[in-house]
Amino acid sequence: MARNGVVSMHWRSEKIDGFDLSPPDDEQVHVLAVDDSLVDRKVIERLLKISCCKVTAVDSGIRALQFLGLDEEKSSSVGFDDLKVDLIITDYCMPGMTGYELLKKIKESSTFREIPVVIMSSENVMARIDRCLEEGAEDFIVKPVKLSDVKRLRDYMTAREFRVKNQQIGNNNNIKNNNKRRLSARRNIWNGIVFVDDLLGMFA
Amino acid sequence: MDRRHLRQQVTYVRKSLFDQGYLDDQFMQLEDLQDDANPNFVEEIVASFYSDSARLIQNIEQALVSRPVDFGKLDDCMHQFKGSSSSIGAKKVNMECSQFREYCCAGNIEGCIRTFQQIKQEHATLRKKLENFFQLARQAGQAETA
Repeated sequence: MARNGVVSMHWRSEKIDGFDLSPPDDEQVHVLAVDDSLVDRKVIERLLKISCCKVTAVDSGIRALQFLGLDEEKSSSVGFDDLKVDLIITDYCMPGMTGYELLKKIKESSTFREIPVVIMSSENVMARIDRCLEEGAEDFIVKPVKLSDVKRLRDYMTAREFRVKNQQIGNNNNIKNNNKRRLSARRNIWNGIVFVDDLLGMFA
Repeated sequence: MDRRHLRQQVTYVRKSLFDQGYLDDQFMQLEDLQDDANPNFVEEIVASFYSDSARLIQNIEQALVSRPVDFGKLDDCMHQFKGSSSSIGAKKVNMECSQFREYCCAGNIEGCIRTFQQIKQEHATLRKKLENFFQLARQAGQAETA
């Protein structure tokens, strides 16, 4: 089976009958956090760690690509097996490469396009949110990020892993899911929370 | 000063920081991230904010005196500063930053300059108040273990 950057599954395969509520350290959700702001990086790192995630925090899109091994021309699986990035959470406004550009690069990569990417932004702009969702972002969080945002992200990751383990992923669902995500995101924004996926979790 | 008195003072000082609008909910979010393993998390984040914001303030100052004024750059610099201040719950600082950005969008350099003085003032005031608060909290904590 080709490794295609899909959510790390190796601990699931060991536990066929259901969730292990407290996975050992090496089986934690590994999040790559990207933010040019030192303060925000520290905060998101703490938020993720307190939510039992392993975190790698970098200060730019370029560094994120370097970490993933995507910045090189050679088709690299060198060291990839050790990375197992389960989620990428990135700021939108960054000098050099924006979060949107980083999102595009990740979605263009056959190795990493299955990794969910969440965008964070201090600006709650509908056009921006739409653009990110259309490009394949899993979610859009309005800053400042709160513990409740991260906890729900964590729950989403757990539910997603379970779904991926127990069913085939159909590519023909992507368009339908994108629309659902967009609708859900819009609704949640009007409700004052920007978080997608509560609906998606029901469509297993 | 006895322990109970110290603790009362800490509570009072903390409450007034919120009541007087210096801090908002986001500061409480940071407090929730503190635990026995990370007892100084808030103080560390605030320290990072102040050391980082020195650089951001300098960038804004430079952009304010450059001619012709590059309002795009000014806005970018302020966006960074505002982001950090909102991440630590610096409410008054954040509000002045919003005002600054409005003047920026309107191309009003005098408004920007005036507001920036306010921002620096609020920034400095908050620093003193937080330093005082953290020091009190530390004293109260030490008194507890005595």
